Amino acid sequence: MWERHKFSIIAVVVLAVALLSSLVIVPETQQAVKIRTGEPVAVINRFDPDEPYGSTGAGLWYRIPLLDRIQYVDRRILDLDMRGETVLSNDQQRLEVNAYARYRIFDPVLFVQRAGSEDQLRNQLEPILTSVLRQELGRRTFASLLTPERGNAMENIRDALDRQARQYGAQVIDVRIKRADLPQGTPLQAAFTRMESDRQEEAGTIRARGERDAQIIRAEAEAQAARIFADAYNKDPEFYDFYRAMQSYRRTFETGDGQSSIIMSPDNEYLRQFRGGR
Amino acid sequence: MERLGGFFDRIGLAMAGKRNPWGRPSGKSGDGEDDGDTGDTPSGETPRGPRNPWLPGNGVGNRGERPRRSASIEDIFKNRGPEGPRRTGGPGGPNFRLPQRPGGKSWFPVAMGAIVLLWLAVTSVHFVQPREQGIVMWLGGKYSRTMQPGTNFTFPWPIQTVDVTNVSEIRQNQIGEGGENLILTGDQNLVDLSYLVRWNIKDLVQFRFELAEPEETLNEVAEAAMRAAVAETQLDTILSGAGRQQVEQRVRSRMQEILDAYDAGIAVQGVEIARTEAPQQVIEAFNDVLAARQDAERNLNDARRYEQQLLAQAQGGAAEFDNIYEEYRLAPEVTRRRLYYETMESVLADTDKTIVEADGVTPYLPLPEVQRRARRGQANGDAAAVPAPPAGGQ
Repeated sequence: MWERHKFSIIAVVVLAVALLSSLVIVPETQQAVKIRTGEPVAVINRFDPDEPYGSTGAGLWYRIPLLDRIQYVDRRILDLDMRGETVLSNDQQRLEVNAYARYRIFDPVLFVQRAGSEDQLRNQLEPILTSVLRQELGRRTFASLLTPERGNAMENIRDALDRQARQYGAQVIDVRIKRADLPQGTPLQAAFTRMESDRQEEAGTIRARGERDAQIIRAEAEAQAARIFADAYNKDPEFYDFYRAMQSYRRTFETGDGQSSIIMSPDNEYLRQFRGGR
Repeated sequence: MERLGGFFDRIGLAMAGKRNPWGRPSGKSGDGEDDGDTGDTPSGETPRGPRNPWLPGNGVGNRGERPRRSASIEDIFKNRGPEGPRRTGGPGGPNFRLPQRPGGKSWFPVAMGAIVLLWLAVTSVHFVQPREQGIVMWLGGKYSRTMQPGTNFTFPWPIQTVDVTNVSEIRQNQIGEGGENLILTGDQNLVDLSYLVRWNIKDLVQFRFELAEPEETLNEVAEAAMRAAVAETQLDTILSGAGRQQVEQRVRSRMQEILDAYDAGIAVQGVEIARTEAPQQVIEAFNDVLAARQDAERNLNDARRYEQQLLAQAQGGAAEFDNIYEEYRLAPEVTRRRLYYETMESVLADTDKTIVEADGVTPYLPLPEVQRRARRGQANGDAAAVPAPPAGGQ
């Protein structure tokens, strides 16, 4: 077989290799720049927001083998992550900020010429993002960094970063602060201390209020009890006086196991009959 | 060319020892299969031809040789048992032949046709389940269309490829689990939060083609939105249940907004805060606030109890007086007397009484009380009769 069909087999293989090396597969997620002897000659599947998928330039393309080199450029939204950076607000408070940017390469040719690869673009953009963020946030007070007013700062940062990114054929879609934390050490401890003292104060207030309310309840109860007594006794104060005196005698003399001694004068009212007098 | 030769050699090797699948009886000597090993093998290699499985002792004398490239079923059977080559006539046995087709034609075209049919059926008919969608791509990666649930027909692989994904499935991403996740609140306090994002794919095409890292994007957007929402609320609001819901709502809508701006093709179904706690370092102080609330509550309860008691007493006392007074009003003088005598009786019954008759008599003290005390000091405290007080000398 090999002996007989040597030439045809070789021909087929060479043809196949030639065909494969002149074919280019561009998926929907990639743009491709055709570089002919170092000179970009065409862009395949350039990003266009108005083109629905299916009518984009993705698919099979050709190239001239050995002359054309294809460089793929991602067509999707890419992310640029910033490492945690300490930002100083204008009231000299430190804040550890962690942001991300989302960008898309819209001009592959410019991108290939100026940046070369995505990693290189990231290396270019990251310091810019960091410094823009520092500048923009450093103009604001610490408190306003936490409030929604931050939104306007983010817009400024995005625009500044976008201006830089456009030189590399990329467009910055969005910049957002992912986290804004107090740095470890003194600032964090200070916040904890403040929280603690706030809570202690609150606990104290709650306890004091509880005591106050309890006291009010007791006082009101006493007043009400007095009212009840007065309502009853006022019917006949004179009789009350007598009745209460009787109660009082019992209570004072009967307690103490009869250890009290009473010395009575014979003209005591109690002994009236005892004296036989009338 | 040398390399190509080796390549064909290797094809020959791969076929070695395997039965020809097209039904021709394999392994006949002079079949042309053995040509490969006498071919131009690259120098420096020992000639490796297909092993003839019918050579006696094959598989025993190959120790020390290179490992075998193919392990055909016959070779394996060969090495089992002492009886040597197996001669059973089962399928796969060495003498197996397909039954003759009527007309004496080869089975080859039939087998090919079957394979083609199978390939068409498997790669061009797709049953998409109710919760799924599929993306159809042309050869070369161009998007063709999206398959909806049901039976779908496409061109066979590799002309069109299909990627079926469950789009209705609610996926859950946990954020902030494992350790403290401290977030700054609007009043510059810190809260330890963990939450769960529930989402599904809204638009499969966008989800596949628009974002380089959809999942990571989702997590980052969630984190940004959550922190922004928490930064707009006070600590106490977040710690309370009502405020929590508000934050969840806000994060959900904000996330949806951002993701839609990215054309991410993701629908955020819900954000659920799983844990909101004070930071570990200040938890004591927070617990103390709870304790203070309980203290205050207890205090109030004590006061209320006191109030109840006091009122009950007052009402009791008043009722008692009312009753007596009722009697007294009916018979004032008598009741008064009766009460007086009853009281005096019970008071004086239990006390020592001394009645001093005349003025100017100085009673002799110590009083009985004192004497009793003195007596109690002795060994056995017999309550003896009260000695008559000595006559008061003047």
